[in-house]
Amino acid sequence: MEAVNVKNLVKIYGKDKTAVDDISFSVNQGEIFGLIGPDGAGKTSIFRVLTTLLLPDGGSATVDGFDVVKDYKQIRSRVGYMPGKFSLYQDLSVEENLNFFATIFNTTIAENYHLIKDIYVQLEPFKNRRAGQLSGGMKQKLALCCALIHKPVVLFLDEPTTGVDPVSRKEFWEILQQLKEQNITIVVSTPYMDEANRCDRIAMIQSGQLLSVDTPANIIKSYPEQLYAIKANNMHALLKILHEYNQVKSSYAFGEFAHISFKEPKFNPDQAVTYLETKGLQDIELIKTEVTIEDCFIKLL
Amino acid sequence: MSEIVIKTDKLTKRFGDFIAANEITFKVNKGEIFGFLGANGAGKTTAMRMLCGLSIPSSGQATIAGFDVYKQTEQIKKNIGYMSQKFSLYEDLTVLENINFFGGIYGLTDKELKTKSAQLIDQLGLQLQAKKLVASLPLGWKQKLSFSVAVLHEPKIVFLDEPTGGVDPVTRRQFWDLIYDAADRGVTIFVTTHYMDEAEYCNRISIMVDGVIKALDTPRNLKDTFHANNMDEVFYELARSAKRSE
Amino acid sequence: MKQFLIFIKKEFAHVLRDRKTLLILFGMPVVQILIFGFALTNEVKNAKIVIMDQANDIASQQIISKIRASRYFEIAETIHSPQQIESAFKKGNIRLALIFPAQFNNNLMHQHLAQLQVIADASDPNNATTLTSYISSIIQDYATGIAKTSNIPYRISPEIRFLYNPQLKGAPNYVPGVMALVLMLVCVMMTAVSIVKEKETGTMEILLVSPFSPFKVIVSKAIPYLILSLVNVTSILLLSVFVLDLPINGSILLLFAESTLFIITCLTIGIFISVKTNTMQLAMLISLMGMMLPTILFSGFMFPIENMPVPLQVISNIIPAKWYYIIVKDIMIKGLGFSAFWKETLILVAITVVMMVISLKSFKIRLS
Repeated sequence: MEAVNVKNLVKIYGKDKTAVDDISFSVNQGEIFGLIGPDGAGKTSIFRVLTTLLLPDGGSATVDGFDVVKDYKQIRSRVGYMPGKFSLYQDLSVEENLNFFATIFNTTIAENYHLIKDIYVQLEPFKNRRAGQLSGGMKQKLALCCALIHKPVVLFLDEPTTGVDPVSRKEFWEILQQLKEQNITIVVSTPYMDEANRCDRIAMIQSGQLLSVDTPANIIKSYPEQLYAIKANNMHALLKILHEYNQVKSSYAFGEFAHISFKEPKFNPDQAVTYLETKGLQDIELIKTEVTIEDCFIKLL
Repeated sequence: MSEIVIKTDKLTKRFGDFIAANEITFKVNKGEIFGFLGANGAGKTTAMRMLCGLSIPSSGQATIAGFDVYKQTEQIKKNIGYMSQKFSLYEDLTVLENINFFGGIYGLTDKELKTKSAQLIDQLGLQLQAKKLVASLPLGWKQKLSFSVAVLHEPKIVFLDEPTGGVDPVTRRQFWDLIYDAADRGVTIFVTTHYMDEAEYCNRISIMVDGVIKALDTPRNLKDTFHANNMDEVFYELARSAKRSE
Repeated sequence: MKQFLIFIKKEFAHVLRDRKTLLILFGMPVVQILIFGFALTNEVKNAKIVIMDQANDIASQQIISKIRASRYFEIAETIHSPQQIESAFKKGNIRLALIFPAQFNNNLMHQHLAQLQVIADASDPNNATTLTSYISSIIQDYATGIAKTSNIPYRISPEIRFLYNPQLKGAPNYVPGVMALVLMLVCVMMTAVSIVKEKETGTMEILLVSPFSPFKVIVSKAIPYLILSLVNVTSILLLSVFVLDLPINGSILLLFAESTLFIITCLTIGIFISVKTNTMQLAMLISLMGMMLPTILFSGFMFPIENMPVPLQVISNIIPAKWYYIIVKDIMIKGLGFSAFWKETLILVAITVVMMVISLKSFKIRLS
């Protein structure tokens, strides 16, 4: 059985603000499924429909086989949810927060301690500190503990790593990997494209619409062109010139390099180097490069 | 040698026993894009506040655009622009109203405002949205607009605090185009980000760990020094040893 | 049940850890009572009175000397004819007249019951009630004194008349008024704000996505404020009895029962506001403008309702504080029992039930 099934989901705010526009996907049991897209893509709306917080305006969705409209009570006792904003009680201590949520979900910390043990040991030294005084990374971990404490079947994490530094992000994804091994289905959203590779499958979303759903590897494989990375002594000038170069299909900055693809598949990239040199650029380096999820996303926009 | 617009010497900020920023020393040249990286809680915000004249240092020296951070905070504020991910524009004012408001508080005349706002709206392609509430714009547009507003009064330096968080990859690049344009005009850019690919777009970057600047160089040199393939690895190498967070 | 308890515990933690709110919560009633109390009681000291002693016997003399000894009254003159009473009042500085009928002591000794007349200038109704209650208690004190020594139940019944404002219209008796005001503020605003706060910080999302039913969330939010409000009622009453010397003439138990009812009314209103608003700012504004102002205007505490235009009088009927104010006045000042205000109680119950039904109906099990 699929852990989550979304069918032609539509969510409209007010008269005409379509946040989710006919989106369908399904999440298999025990997988990490990523909703990848920028702010305002509709990720949070999808999460809220799936966690029964919002009613869909069209289509349907099930979580663990239960309908999000009819069976909201069953869903509420089966899912864990971590909203995008830090949503714990800032004036309660770490332990009080955890204890509160455990009790609200009809369980005790002891009962499911094995699930949160690896995360909680890091929090334990601060267990008497008020949640409001924790660091960003620690808050994240506490929120995850609170969402996990009742052993949910499906865990919904809405942008857990937004605004978190790369080191803490890396740690967080390692935790999710461990949870996956405990057979918890995880649906997670992120605006960071590089995190897509950490998911088993991803859905790329922009402006309420689904761009693509597949494994990261398949999405990368389906990229139609050969991609090159290029750099020169003056990157800003290089980008400007590439924009106006009629052989170029797409070009954009990508870290240290710029990524480009050419209109003609048989185009010899050496020609481009020559052309750029005539434009006054130096130290030009042009190499074939691997496609990343970010390239795919840009392609789909 | 080009003009130096930010110069700090052993700049330190203490909160009781806690040293948020510890003897920070660096220089930033005119027109440079300077990336200011660090883990959450490394002391970036504290340092940035001191540089903007919002917080008086506990010790050390710093001059911003030639003005002293202890005595000339008012002059500093006139010569800098500021934009952050959290606060940038008034959501319940229209695009034009925001431009006029922020231009106005920086003392632009009505005439200047008129030409500038027309220019800005043109440049961003916001003609149709000029009279719409900022709240109705997509995040990426808001951030671009908010950057343009931050440089409206032609400051010498503009401070950007995680300006592109959550913005889609295409708009993010358009945003950086704006940054490059401003830098070409001689505006110095001081930017923090959690996107490591954006760190590569900077001329030089510093990485702060536990209140101290652990590394400061061009992205290329940093990667060479740490034998890393990308900035992500450099950052990880430096920041994983961090003891404290926020 | 365990869920319930931990929720209430959490709610107390919120209140007790927020020092500033806590200070306002418990400091406000104290300050209000003291401000109102002293602003209004200062005048009561050394109030000028006149005495017309037609009996001039041992009992009347003893009572007069007791009055003279008290710090509340100053005997301005002794008069001999009813006409002089009126002219004394007209001069304006006389607050009260005490008239002993002839045969005062005789009646007391033989019939064990004597009457005397107290006439008060009720143009300042609060002052008038305070003074008459003081003088009555001095007289009662005397009667019980002699009754104790002789084992005979002597009674003196003062016949009280108010001049100028006989019904004591809008008597601004501040203790019941402040009680209504404070309870309104604490219950309506604090409950509304505390629920809306959970919406704002996002914790409501997590609570909704839990098996704990939204109805229980609401109830367990209200209980701590019920308890805190009762603490407030107690502190107000303690202050008024021990600091301001205002006795509670009726049943304390009844007073607490009615207060609990009024608190529940306020809580339901607070819940209603929280259901309809999404920001703390708005909840606060609605509580203040929508509830506090009408409470001050229409409860009869500050402005006499009878003097208002008819439409406003009609509006005043839906203000719960008006009914509570009447009830508290009846219990505290007049010392009346439940039979005197069962109608008012019924109205309060009705308002509570209606508000409860409306807020439960409009409470959403989802966001927006």
